[in-house]
Amino acid sequence: MTTVELSNVSRWYGNVVAVNDITMTLGPGVTGLLGPNGAGKTTLLHMMAGFLPPSRGEVRVAGAPAWRNPSVYRILGLVSEREAVHGFLTAWEFVLANAKLHRLPNPEAAARRALGLVEMTGAQDRRIDQYSKGMRQRTRVAAALVHDPEVLVLDEPFNGMDPRQRLQMMDLLHQLGDSGRTILFSSHILEEVEQVSGTVQVIVAGRLAASGDYRSIRRMMTHRPHVFSVHSSDDRRLAVALMGQASVTGVELSGAGLTVQAGDYGTFTRTLPKVALAEGIRVRRVLPSDESLESVFSYLVAS
Amino acid sequence: MNPTIAWITARGLFGRRRFLLLFPLPVLVIGLVALGRASGVSNSDWGPAVLVGLGVAVMLPIVALVVGAGVLGSEIEDGTAVHILTKPLPRREIILAKLVVAAAITVVSTAVPMFVAGALTDSVRLGAGLAAGTALGAVTYSALFLLLSLLSRRPVLLGLAYIMIWEGLLTNLLSGTRVLSVQQYTISVADSVAHTSMLTGRVSVPLAVVMAAILTVASTVLAIDRLRSFTLTGETS
Repeated sequence: MTTVELSNVSRWYGNVVAVNDITMTLGPGVTGLLGPNGAGKTTLLHMMAGFLPPSRGEVRVAGAPAWRNPSVYRILGLVSEREAVHGFLTAWEFVLANAKLHRLPNPEAAARRALGLVEMTGAQDRRIDQYSKGMRQRTRVAAALVHDPEVLVLDEPFNGMDPRQRLQMMDLLHQLGDSGRTILFSSHILEEVEQVSGTVQVIVAGRLAASGDYRSIRRMMTHRPHVFSVHSSDDRRLAVALMGQASVTGVELSGAGLTVQAGDYGTFTRTLPKVALAEGIRVRRVLPSDESLESVFSYLVAS
Repeated sequence: MNPTIAWITARGLFGRRRFLLLFPLPVLVIGLVALGRASGVSNSDWGPAVLVGLGVAVMLPIVALVVGAGVLGSEIEDGTAVHILTKPLPRREIILAKLVVAAAITVVSTAVPMFVAGALTDSVRLGAGLAAGTALGAVTYSALFLLLSLLSRRPVLLGLAYIMIWEGLLTNLLSGTRVLSVQQYTISVADSVAHTSMLTGRVSVPLAVVMAAILTVASTVLAIDRLRSFTLTGETS
């Protein structure tokens, strides 16, 4: 069983702390590293992939330090965020070259298998710079998978993919996770993580804010006070009616409309139309006013 | 030496537009020599200026800089270096492959035109001398500029500063700096083979060869160590 272990890992750049005292263990299966932009996800991934020394603490892949140790790449594959490929090569040449660099006993077979996994076999003889963004991304994943690594680290792998390609990539990650590999991918989009992984590590401002099963984190995220701004044909009457609802914890009436605080996202969004219908009030606009990921994350940090 | 890395490097170099920068200078050197011959003026009047002033002092280091700083530097710049670095290869193998490609391309694209220019100016012997000196210079410059591409994100700028300020200015003013001038090694070695009044070697040949070897090896060792500690930066930082 191959694991990636981080113990009390910190990384700072000058005065800026990018990663702050993170301890986590990643085992087989798919893990999502979730956090808003600038939270330190990439820094963390780069440390795991041996491209950055931790300022403090230890990063170990299968028991060996990742920094200044190229032999970790025998068991680790990296798909970096930067979409850089040798555009003058075809996907076949590129993946084959990667297989040869790994000194695999049968590089042709390995390249064929990897390109098949990402469904790029049909386009493998075209130059990479003629590919769409999603195809380039899949080619890079094939290159990272060519030596069948135990650990695969992907930095924002779904960026620039269309929904169908996303689904395909998610399936692939699932398959790899189910077959006992340790897969870690980062994302700043909650829904991506929801669809792929059972385990989530949430990092906010360099700290590990939450970690564990996706569903419990999702519950923490949804069962929190939500603020909606509501505009209707009769704001005052709607405010009175809403105050009678258990899911509503506060209502503020102002010239611009209503600001409603709800204890639970789901219940409130189901209640509002019913109440409005019963009162004969026309709701013109409902805006969740704190739905930015940052607010979700900062709530998690506070709780 | 890793053939796969050498192959990707060579393809990358020839595939980039920067590669076209290799042609104008050698063409200019040979063109000026042809012009000098056609003019009927004695070759001692224009020979040193074209062969040394332009060929050895400008063409050689500029070509070496474009190639040497490009073999790894351009891959670091555009991020493709990651694909080569995420392999369980000793970093020595990566640097050596890059160096061999850089040195080979630089030697071919500078020593050959210098041979032609020397032969047209005076004799095949002058051509051979210039080719030998240039080849030594090309290898040394390649190692030096390859190292620069790992020390700085602006290797071309630093390389130009070395060529223009150190070799172009200081070696003419302060004789002590000649010991650390690849240009001087090149001229000395060329002079020792060609034995002509067109070239004036100002450092001894053994010193030139030994210093070139030391610079090449030291730059390479340092480059290998720098590559071991190669860090990636995120897109946002």
